[in-house]
Amino acid sequence: MLNYFKNMWLGVYTVLVGLRLTLIHLFSRNVTVQYPDERYPIPPNARNRLYLDPELCDACLRCAKACPVNCISIESLRAVPGLTPPLKNGDKRNLWVTHYEIDFAKCCFCGLCTEPCPTNAINTTTEFEYSTTKREDLIYTFVKMSDEEKKEKEEQLAIYQAEQKKKKAAEAEAKAKAEAEAKTKAVNETKNDN
Amino acid sequence: MGEKRKIELDYSQLDSERMRLNVGPQHPSTHGVLRLEVELDGEIVTDVIPHVGYLHRCFEKHCEKMEYPMVTPYIDRLDYISSMNNEWPFIMGVEQMMGIKVPEKVEYLRVIVSELNRIANHQIAIATFGLDAGAFTPLLWLFRDREMILAILEKLSGGRLLYNYFRVGGMAADIYPTFKEDVLAAISQVRKTNPEILNLLLLNKIFIDRTASVGILPADVAINYGCTGPMLRGSGVPYDLRRTEPYSIYDRFDFEVQIGKGEVGTVGDCWDRNIVRYREIEQSCNIIEQAINQMPMEGDVKEAFPKKVRPPKGEIYCKAENPKGELGFYIVSDGKNNPERVKCRSTSFVNLSVLPEISKGYMFADLIMILGSIDIVLGEVDR
Amino acid sequence: MEQNFVNMLIENPWIAALIIVVIPLVFVVIYALIAILGELKIASFVQERLGPMRTGWKGTMQPVAEVVKLLQKEDITPDAADKPLFNLAPFLMFAAAFAGFAVIPFSPYFLPAGIELGLFYVFAIGSLGVIGLVMGGWASNNKYSLLGAMRSVAQIVSYEIPAAIAILSIATLSGSLNLNVISDNQSGWFWNWYIFGGPGPWWKILVIPFTLGLGLIYLISTLAETNRTPFDIPEGESEIVAGYHTEYSGMKFAMFFFAEYANMFIVAAILMLLFFGGWNSPFGDFLNQWWMQPVWFILKAFFWVFLTIWLRWTLPRLRVDQLMYMSWKVLLPWGFVCFFAVSLFVMLK
Repeated sequence: MLNYFKNMWLGVYTVLVGLRLTLIHLFSRNVTVQYPDERYPIPPNARNRLYLDPELCDACLRCAKACPVNCISIESLRAVPGLTPPLKNGDKRNLWVTHYEIDFAKCCFCGLCTEPCPTNAINTTTEFEYSTTKREDLIYTFVKMSDEEKKEKEEQLAIYQAEQKKKKAAEAEAKAKAEAEAKTKAVNETKNDN
Repeated sequence: MGEKRKIELDYSQLDSERMRLNVGPQHPSTHGVLRLEVELDGEIVTDVIPHVGYLHRCFEKHCEKMEYPMVTPYIDRLDYISSMNNEWPFIMGVEQMMGIKVPEKVEYLRVIVSELNRIANHQIAIATFGLDAGAFTPLLWLFRDREMILAILEKLSGGRLLYNYFRVGGMAADIYPTFKEDVLAAISQVRKTNPEILNLLLLNKIFIDRTASVGILPADVAINYGCTGPMLRGSGVPYDLRRTEPYSIYDRFDFEVQIGKGEVGTVGDCWDRNIVRYREIEQSCNIIEQAINQMPMEGDVKEAFPKKVRPPKGEIYCKAENPKGELGFYIVSDGKNNPERVKCRSTSFVNLSVLPEISKGYMFADLIMILGSIDIVLGEVDR
Repeated sequence: MEQNFVNMLIENPWIAALIIVVIPLVFVVIYALIAILGELKIASFVQERLGPMRTGWKGTMQPVAEVVKLLQKEDITPDAADKPLFNLAPFLMFAAAFAGFAVIPFSPYFLPAGIELGLFYVFAIGSLGVIGLVMGGWASNNKYSLLGAMRSVAQIVSYEIPAAIAILSIATLSGSLNLNVISDNQSGWFWNWYIFGGPGPWWKILVIPFTLGLGLIYLISTLAETNRTPFDIPEGESEIVAGYHTEYSGMKFAMFFFAEYANMFIVAAILMLLFFGGWNSPFGDFLNQWWMQPVWFILKAFFWVFLTIWLRWTLPRLRVDQLMYMSWKVLLPWGFVCFFAVSLFVMLK
């Protein structure tokens, strides 16, 4: 019986305590951020959409290898030394990036790709509003060399490689010649000795 | 109403048809894509069969194909409410295999971010539990506070929920200049809101009536099922890995392991599990306060990074106290860049397995409360 | 006393009747919109949010937008549902709720149907709503709906008894079942309200605790009857998704919604008429002109609405058996005690 009255009292009392609390909060400050008009501050290191600086990328594939979900795909072409401008930071460019795309539908925004990059070409940005209605629109192509340019580069490379080959062949020939000459010389010398 | 309220019925006397009800995978209070097959006799639950696997993402198989650093983003997605705590045991296991000693600053930073994340997790647990009981307001008050914690973690790691912050041998990024002030401000806000939540929700008579002596989990059953965390501590067993097997630097901090005492009902009921979470928030605040004052502010968090993460051949089981319980990773290495096998002892899965045992004989509304008090995250249940 | 100003103005009885019917209908719609807005805004302010802000000035047109949205939605009838019953249920429920307006005096000059047994009638017709509710729950052929309907019937039937006892006590005290007469009895200052024992000699102080208790009992019962928190278990979203209206969509769902709000106004009006002086000004003759009386009445009813919203965002939900416990073991015995005391007071007076 005592319990019955105690329960009734507790019921009324705790309800009143709760009502008091909610009444206080009814007149307290609101914390809503009116999103498109005002924004929550995003820290500069926030890992949102990735950005690639094509002028810095050397197609070393380290980002693609570090990616846990394989969302980065890179195609590259060997650069011709001498004809190739260096990277933005002055380093030697070994490879041309012919195609670089990131599929943000796959990306898990872990930021692991940015860590091994030797030139800081790939970076996370604070841009997060890029929703689209099509999945294809989420595939971002950062570098896409035009066919002519690619052809030109390929031709340059072919010429270069042919030159190299020729050079190599010439070198090999010269070497062989020299060797042969040396041989004949030696033979002649032994002959002469005889 | 402290008496045991389990309803015993002799079904042989009653000729009534039982109803099989399918709760979930789309249901407001299954906390995700859990499906429960419930057998009801009127409103009384006679049988519960949880069906899991709707969110299965082959975590363990994925790990076999991943290099060690690439596993951490996947670990984040196990228990996405407390990602920081999830990463710790895996990273700690790899470090132990490789014999890396991390700098002092990193240890402190790890403790602070993990405890912050524990607070955030418990806030969500209490908030969603209140939501299951029909109280909507505490949810938003707690989310407001959690926002401060998430802001700190976002400034540290760059992610709001999936941090990917732990690295083998250190952390991904150093602290920012106002870190200490932010953490102290967040703690004081949490301490300010906590009594309000206690008065509005946890001590409310209706809430006590709904949770006290409901879903009683005796200590022996809890141990037999392998329950850990607030589930086990709510049943009165003071088992906390931070205290029983102190890893990292937890032996330096002064905190109390909270256990359920059955203040309003029976030991091990839903209310006890929840009050343990509530008090752990306070204890976490204490730990963070001690850690932030002891933490060396100078130093490089990346100095112990190994050149290549390649543990020697061997295997290890490394566990840590997750907010939800003991989270362990069994890692088998064959000396390559990727683990040969990773087994995850996920807390929510083990804790959920006790649901059929403790929910029979209660009403349907109680089943929802029991499920809410287990505090599951389906990402961790299904992996 | 004049029963209806419309009859005075318009000669043709048919047109007059039509106007008399339309006035409460328009009122219910406007009232429901304001109540929904209040619900949204008070909820958000309690939770430190801003609530709807985009529709109209500070989001004031949000309820209108929601109603328009509901009207546009596809009207789905499940294949397995019992179609005639399924389609009938929301309209039956609304009709039952709306029929209650026939005896609600908004002012002494506007009582749609001037019958003497108003209190009895409103109670009887209010119980009809439960039939629509169980009809909807059963015809949906959904287990959640069925559970919700079952709970709802048990709840509403149980809570009608304490409510009836509270009403009975006031009927005893006032000696009339005509709501206009009951309201008229409480004219004057606010201490003449029946929650403070009604008009009477100074020793009516003795009966004040009991009338206060009756007011509380009736308030709690109305919360349960209108399925408001903490008694919203028939639609307890965390357990049985949406209860009896799980399968309803579009216009039919809107009808359930309107019926609920109309019902809320009915119970609030009864509470105000019986306990809080109805259309009387609380301050004697101050602002007690004929045009202020409906305003007072509506303001008082909105106070009840505010109270329920305030309670809703404060309290968790009860369980079915606790609900029954509260009705049969707490409200009913105390209701009888108060009834006895009030009857004794009336006898001695």
